Amino acid sequence: MKVPISTAIAMAFGLIVLMGYFIDIPILITLRDIFVRWAVLLMTVAVIIGIVNLVNVHWNKFTKDPGENPYSIILLVAFGLTLIVAGFFGPTSEWSLWIFNHIQMPVEQSLMAILVVVLIYSAARMFKDRFNLISVVFITTVLMMLILAVPWFGVAIPGLQGPGGIRSFIAEIPAVAGARGILIGIGLGTIATGLRVLIGADRPYGG
Amino acid sequence: MNLPAVISVKLAGLLFVLIFLGLIIGFTLRGRVRTLVPRRKILAFNRLRDAIGLGVESGSRLHISIGWGGLLGIPGIGSLIGLSIAKRVAKIASISDKPPIITSGEGATAVLSRDTMQTAFRELNQEDKFDTGLGRTSGVTPFSYAAGTLPVIYDETVSATIVGGHLGSEVGLITDATQRTGGVSLTGSDNLPAQAVMFGTTHEALIGEDYYAVDAFLDGEPVHIASLQAQDILRWMLTGGILIGALLKFTGLI
Repeated sequence: MKVPISTAIAMAFGLIVLMGYFIDIPILITLRDIFVRWAVLLMTVAVIIGIVNLVNVHWNKFTKDPGENPYSIILLVAFGLTLIVAGFFGPTSEWSLWIFNHIQMPVEQSLMAILVVVLIYSAARMFKDRFNLISVVFITTVLMMLILAVPWFGVAIPGLQGPGGIRSFIAEIPAVAGARGILIGIGLGTIATGLRVLIGADRPYGG
Repeated sequence: MNLPAVISVKLAGLLFVLIFLGLIIGFTLRGRVRTLVPRRKILAFNRLRDAIGLGVESGSRLHISIGWGGLLGIPGIGSLIGLSIAKRVAKIASISDKPPIITSGEGATAVLSRDTMQTAFRELNQEDKFDTGLGRTSGVTPFSYAAGTLPVIYDETVSATIVGGHLGSEVGLITDATQRTGGVSLTGSDNLPAQAVMFGTTHEALIGEDYYAVDAFLDGEPVHIASLQAQDILRWMLTGGILIGALLKFTGLI
């Protein structure tokens, strides 16, 4: 009986929320707002569950083979320290912000810098492994957009940079048209998936 | 926008959703009488089937990355598709000595991914093989998620990575790691910057709505193929509507 009940609950709540967006009946709108607030609350609890799971996975890795998983102990120590500092001094205290600004931010920025290198390397590999018309158009467009992004030696080249230039033409017409086309597809896919969940055809849970 | 305009937009939205629903139900009922086949061919799905089969045979692991989008809002649908992929792949690949690992960057999707894996094992009568570590949270911010996913790819003998969910450009770190380990990667996302990075870094990137066709191509149930056909029809209707609107505007009729 577990599956039909969970499916029925998902369908009923989904339909009420959906109808609450389209039909202006006060009770529907009130119910929609209440259900959305419950969902937000559940998501917040889920964040805590996610963090517990993260710590659990790394604790298991560390206890299983401490020598082979040094990063797991770094994560556990960092988690413990952050929890103590944020719990004791508060999440917006000077010490908590110090951790954020001097550890979290630089680490994420370093990863972003690595990503730039990875993307350049991938572009070169793309030329090597997939040399076709689409790849040439893709790489040429990327290079043009990058090279023409800023004026050279402080001088904007007419016809290439600035309003009316090739760069702004690419950014404003083909890129926007393509992006809108893709977004229409994504929108249709999103609605189709949502409707399948609503009619119980897709169950992204154990059933 | 004034009140009548708001009401008409809402009614148009409701009408659109009802037409969509009607088409899906209509095509599904038709599909139960005669076999429906997707009209489009997407080669990436053949590669995915091969990768799953190869992974099971070689005793290596599949990794499914469902991103950090959570379940609320538009990114939530991306996560639902990721979970759906995970569900179908887990059913096939759980017979392997090394069952698939699902990573996510958000608690609710992590809970659902564990539930998905547990269900797959239960259906195979092998619930004792289930381990909570098979559905794990790798990190709760975009880059920490990517960083936390890399050890899974490098250390857990992963032969194929399927990326399906809401991610940003940091997906490049995940696909690059898969390429470096000689693995196959099939990628799809609802996020445009992620799609651009996926296109540049992998052989098999699902662009736009192709990502939402995964269910239809993986197991081809009537409702999924019907949904794909409804999408195709509505896409042409929307395209026609946009072109007619542009023409009417251009000629000054509206």
